[in-house]
Amino acid sequence: MSYQEVSAFAQTYGLLYLFGLFVIVVAYALWPRNKDKFNDAANIPFEKETNNGQH
Amino acid sequence: MYLLWIAFAIIGSVVGVLVSAKAQDQGMMIHGMIFLGASVLAAFALISRHYSSRPAVVVEPGGVNYNVDIVKAGVIASTLWGVIGFVAGLFIALQLAFPVLNFDLPWTSFGRLRPLHTSAVIFAFGGNVLLATSFHVVQRTCRTRLAGHYAPWFVFWGYQLFIVLAATGYVLGITQSKEYAEPEWYVDLWLAIVWVTYLLVFLATLWKRQEKHIYVANWFYLAFIVTIAMLHIVNNLSMPVSLTGAKSYSLFSGVQDALTQWWYGHNAVGFFLTAGFLGIMYYFIPKRANRPVYSYRLSIIHFWALIFLYIWAGPHHLHYTALPDWSQTLGMTFSIMLWMPSWGGMINGLMTLSGAWDKLRTDPVIRFLVTSVAFYGMSTFEGPLMSIKAVNSLSHYTDWTVGHVHSGALGWVAYVSFGALYFLVPVLWNRKSLYSDKLVNLHFWISTLGILLYITSMWVSGILQGLMWRAYDSLGFLEYSFSETVEAMHPFYVIRALGGVLFVIGSLIMAYNIWRTIRGDVRQSEADSLVVNAEYAMGK
Repeated sequence: MSYQEVSAFAQTYGLLYLFGLFVIVVAYALWPRNKDKFNDAANIPFEKETNNGQH
Repeated sequence: MYLLWIAFAIIGSVVGVLVSAKAQDQGMMIHGMIFLGASVLAAFALISRHYSSRPAVVVEPGGVNYNVDIVKAGVIASTLWGVIGFVAGLFIALQLAFPVLNFDLPWTSFGRLRPLHTSAVIFAFGGNVLLATSFHVVQRTCRTRLAGHYAPWFVFWGYQLFIVLAATGYVLGITQSKEYAEPEWYVDLWLAIVWVTYLLVFLATLWKRQEKHIYVANWFYLAFIVTIAMLHIVNNLSMPVSLTGAKSYSLFSGVQDALTQWWYGHNAVGFFLTAGFLGIMYYFIPKRANRPVYSYRLSIIHFWALIFLYIWAGPHHLHYTALPDWSQTLGMTFSIMLWMPSWGGMINGLMTLSGAWDKLRTDPVIRFLVTSVAFYGMSTFEGPLMSIKAVNSLSHYTDWTVGHVHSGALGWVAYVSFGALYFLVPVLWNRKSLYSDKLVNLHFWISTLGILLYITSMWVSGILQGLMWRAYDSLGFLEYSFSETVEAMHPFYVIRALGGVLFVIGSLIMAYNIWRTIRGDVRQSEADSLVVNAEYAMGK
């Protein structure tokens, strides 16, 4: 595999692959339906009785 | 399972005897004996456990019988190794300022004691903090007891044995001369076994969790454990000269060896000193501030962006070397991109205090945790800056690098660890508060002053050194000889050592405070004003 082949791959499919992953992560994090799930998850470190009512 | 562990200990003793008896060199003979001693102690502990009465099962307020003892052991080990590692660092700083302290002996020369310092602070202190906190956090956030009965203790004691073998090896002159991966092949194999067991204990605990969602801190810990396993195994692939000799040859050679080494080295920074300690940040800052993390969504983006970018940044350690130009540029580009997840994470940690900034004034433990995140932001700004080729041409091989590493290691890693230790001790030993908050405050200011002396002197010294190296006279000759640059740096070496003195004093104050807290003492003059351990208050 020459440098040209590697860089051609990196600059096309490699770029699309990493950017695609990034888009998926952002969409997962910001998806409106996941909001409650993440708010609950943020309170996991606190025992159930004393989660400061911050649900 | 019990008999199997005893069998392992006996096999270990036999291996230790054989290796020691057949050893090709003095180092291997001593290491065989150490391995024998450790195996005999393990067998003794296992067998005597059979005859001692079992302690009654104590169920915690949450209804789960957490494995607290392993976390306690990790906290004590962290404190002890921390002091040892800081003292070793102070000593080699003094050696640089006053070379007579090398004593003209091979065992006490800078070249052997320097890896002793780096391994003691990174792997012994930092590693034990990560072991202790990860075992605490994974149990609490999964609401289940740590998996395994003997396996967690094998991980703990096996890791201590790794540290002892590594440290004694350095002093005896055993090294494969890879930075932060100095131990030779047999110590590497031992660590690989311990580390894979650690991974299995962690995964099995996650597997039996009682909480549906895996809390973000565990994601960071898991990334740290998995990636360190991969880095450690690949970078240490080598062929020993003899099965009973210390020397081995790396599988890689030339520039491939250099690239593999810095792929390992930089990700030791990225996954050991960053991802693991971010796990600490995401659990202990919310717990101590008693409010959830600022944005859980940001923490998800932070995690995935950080782990996908960090793994590519290693080549920036090899600018202007035989490494192909394009891969140097690749390493630089990914380092610059790391600005975004690093600062996203820093903002997430700091903004967790939003609405509770007064705690910064009233709670010295919060002060440690918040300052650590500020140092994290500063050193992750400086790092990508130094990875830019033009900047690197000035900074590389100078003390600027040393200063940068210590702003991260002392300011970020050590401070977030101190905060976590101060939080953990009252929780684990079920004390109402620490022995003294004023001593925490004293520790904070003394060691902060120490860090500032350290990093500012190294900035000046590093830039001075870099500029002197590249200075030419009108005829095109180098302006300064190497020894002139060393002479010019002397005052800064003395200032740096002074910073080290302050940092060591701070760690001794912490060790004293932790010891008194474990004993159950409370400093009478501040008994009414101490910050109360929230879990103790809840249990009552």
